[in-house]
Amino acid sequence: MIEIREKRDFRYLVNKIGIPTIIIGTFWIILLIAGGALGMSMATLISDTIKRAGMNGILVLAMVPSIQSGTGPNFALPVGIECGLFAMAISIELGYTGASWLFASILFAVIFAIIAGYLYGRLLNAVKGSEMTIATYTGFSVSAFMCLAWLMIPFSSPKMGWFMGKGLRETIQLDAVGGAHILSNFWRFLIGGENGLIIPTGMVLMFLLCCVIVWLYFRSKSGIAISAGGINPKFAQASGINIDKNRIKANVLSTILGAVGIIVYSQGYGYVQLYNAPLMMAFPAVAAVLIGGATASRAGIFHVIAGVIIFQGLLTTALPVANQLFEGTDLSEILRMVIQNGIILYALTQVKGGDK
Amino acid sequence: MSDNLLSLKNISKEYSGNKVLKDINIELKKGEIHALIGENGAGKSTLMNILFGMPVIHRTGGFEGSIEIDGQKVAIKSPHDAMKYGIGMVHQEFMLIPGFTIAENIKLNREITRKNPVSVIFGKRLESLDSKKMNMDARKALDVLDMDIDEFLPIAGLPVGHMQFIEIAREIDKENIKVLVFDEPTAVLAETEAKNLLNAIKKLSQKGIGIIFISHRLDEVMDVADKVTVLRDGEHVVTKNIKDTNKFEIAQLMVGRKISIDWPDVSNKNTTDETVLSIKDLRVAMPGEQVKGISLNVKKGEIVGIGGLAGQGKLGLANGLMGIYSTAGHVTFNGTNLPLNDPMASIKSGLAFVSEDRKGVGLLLDESIEVNIVFSAMQIRNNFLNKIGPFRFKNSRKIRIHAKKMISELDIRCTSSIQKAGRLSGGNQQKVCVARALTLNPQLLLVSEPTRGIDIGAKKLVLDLLKKLNNEYGMTIIMTSSELAELRSICDRIVIIYKGGVEGILPPDAPDAEFGLMMSGSKHNGEGSEA
Repeated sequence: MIEIREKRDFRYLVNKIGIPTIIIGTFWIILLIAGGALGMSMATLISDTIKRAGMNGILVLAMVPSIQSGTGPNFALPVGIECGLFAMAISIELGYTGASWLFASILFAVIFAIIAGYLYGRLLNAVKGSEMTIATYTGFSVSAFMCLAWLMIPFSSPKMGWFMGKGLRETIQLDAVGGAHILSNFWRFLIGGENGLIIPTGMVLMFLLCCVIVWLYFRSKSGIAISAGGINPKFAQASGINIDKNRIKANVLSTILGAVGIIVYSQGYGYVQLYNAPLMMAFPAVAAVLIGGATASRAGIFHVIAGVIIFQGLLTTALPVANQLFEGTDLSEILRMVIQNGIILYALTQVKGGDK
Repeated sequence: MSDNLLSLKNISKEYSGNKVLKDINIELKKGEIHALIGENGAGKSTLMNILFGMPVIHRTGGFEGSIEIDGQKVAIKSPHDAMKYGIGMVHQEFMLIPGFTIAENIKLNREITRKNPVSVIFGKRLESLDSKKMNMDARKALDVLDMDIDEFLPIAGLPVGHMQFIEIAREIDKENIKVLVFDEPTAVLAETEAKNLLNAIKKLSQKGIGIIFISHRLDEVMDVADKVTVLRDGEHVVTKNIKDTNKFEIAQLMVGRKISIDWPDVSNKNTTDETVLSIKDLRVAMPGEQVKGISLNVKKGEIVGIGGLAGQGKLGLANGLMGIYSTAGHVTFNGTNLPLNDPMASIKSGLAFVSEDRKGVGLLLDESIEVNIVFSAMQIRNNFLNKIGPFRFKNSRKIRIHAKKMISELDIRCTSSIQKAGRLSGGNQQKVCVARALTLNPQLLLVSEPTRGIDIGAKKLVLDLLKKLNNEYGMTIIMTSSELAELRSICDRIVIIYKGGVEGILPPDAPDAEFGLMMSGSKHNGEGSEA
């Protein structure tokens, strides 16, 4: 009798965490062990994991509001990303440096994201039922449009322009404005000496702060209404809730998180990447939240944190380990693509129709 | 050997322990029109599914009893078998392909073909169509029905009346057709079209085809049928010759007294003369339950029952008042005009709704009981919230306390208030829905199909609860239900809806026959302004 109960509890736990999460998590741990066996520095691997998780965390978090509102994962994340990029470029143009550059960028990013998110939300309300496809192509279109914008907008700061001709460079070094690693280095500390674990405290705190804000929001009246509209639109409507308005609200929030997320990402990376860089950035974020156990209709903060750590951990570990195993080949990049797209594919096959 | 074309002998069927048919015996002679009558859920469609060997019957364990055709026992295991034995059906919903011509639809899957070079090599499936012969056959079938419509026209764009005839033509074109089943053939037809159809049915019977005619319209049955069988709750009530009966008797037999749930009469009814809700010419575009102009007054403190057969529009009334489907008309509530098509305004002005679609509209199945209970009140009335600056967060403590109170008051059987609503039994889910409605402190409670899909014990509890709310708190209740017995057990007045309008208003103790006649639209009472 007791045994049966235990079994059921085990199955309950598996169900709760989700089989894909467990499989990918196990795979990551196996890779870590393999890496250790191959003589790689465990501290470096884990430091890289934390760094990349911190950089990507807010972008993954941006999936939560859109999924909760019933519009599915925000494949149009590039909309928010372009807002953030534009905000950073403007802040550089206006001559901000250091911390003031960071705050100015975030402020501008939020303003742009509210406008863009509102318009994007309107668009989604017009195409109910095929949000995910439309979102993907919205992201692509916006990226393409901004490629033109980066060339046409008459920025004059020499920190961003080509040495000859007009337009902005492909990558802008943030060292020039004192913005590189500005959050990562804030309260940064090491565990275990010079070659030990590096904890980018500021960046992690920023990520956790955003998590707390989103978590709080979904405990507020407005957030609960959004969730209800996502789970059961008929129920929400019968309770007098304006679902369309809530979907717009959720996508504004998602776009803001995308915009802030890219700023955190860029400072952690040290460069602002323009042009085609945002094109595919939605996919790793979608993959991460789905690995974390979210479905295309339900997502929470736990899914974000677990997902971003496992997914980024897997990528950072797989890369050097694969390079060690298959020396002289470039299998790691292929492996990354296979894993990332495989995960998205798997997760999307698990999507249960929103209309229950 | 009898001269019966078709006999159904001692047919019984159960769905997971629930007997839906008990010892049904039906005999059909050549050229006879046999009407089959019963309320929704009486077992008519299950019986027809058995006759057609529908997969759903065999998936759920088959049936007991036997079917004989021309005195021979037959095993009908699939619709294909049924077709082989010459049993055809005219569907309620049209199963026609709009882009094809009439002739093509009539000959669908029974096309007449000619050999061609390709088919000689690759087989019969690729033979060419012989349109000429097909058209001729179609013409013949249409002529039987007196249809002077051209057989080469496409289906798309034809009036519904014609589509029905084409369905029939398709059936009679089958050479071996012996038995034809009509499932509420006149439900979607206008009066003249219906008359034509009935004539066609009579004509077919004269050709020796046995006809089973399912209808709710007693007048039609009296007009066309030779015999009538009444089913009620899966039981064979009676089979009579039409000559020996009348529509009053049939209506009475159809409704009958079911398992009565009786309450001691409460004499101190607090019904007042004050009209709380006044509905004028309400129209609701609810698919399948259209309301086409209902006028009704509801007095404070009464329980008004809304009854009628499925599809007549009884469910549309409550959904329309709550603004869930698009609605037109005038509604006055508590002396003020109630804005329509605005669920929030309806809730704000003091209406609360327990939906008939418990799992679809009524509940967040994946959320806890407490969230389900307080959701509407939190969103509309701003209850159960903590205000921090411009933000309002949920007040978990208050929610918990209120949910616990509701759980004990309504006796919701659950493990805790954070159990997911989807894991409760039907009756308890229904109580959660009622709890949410009550949390809004409504002045008028709209309850639709409160006992659908819940067992008899839970039924009584839910009805008890409604009665108690009415007695103790003087809450005005409009209850919509398909189960007449239920309405009669707790309502003060029962409004019967027919074809989207009010057919009549009856006291709960009115004779069975009156209810039966009104539900089938056979008796037109004056639509009283005393309503």
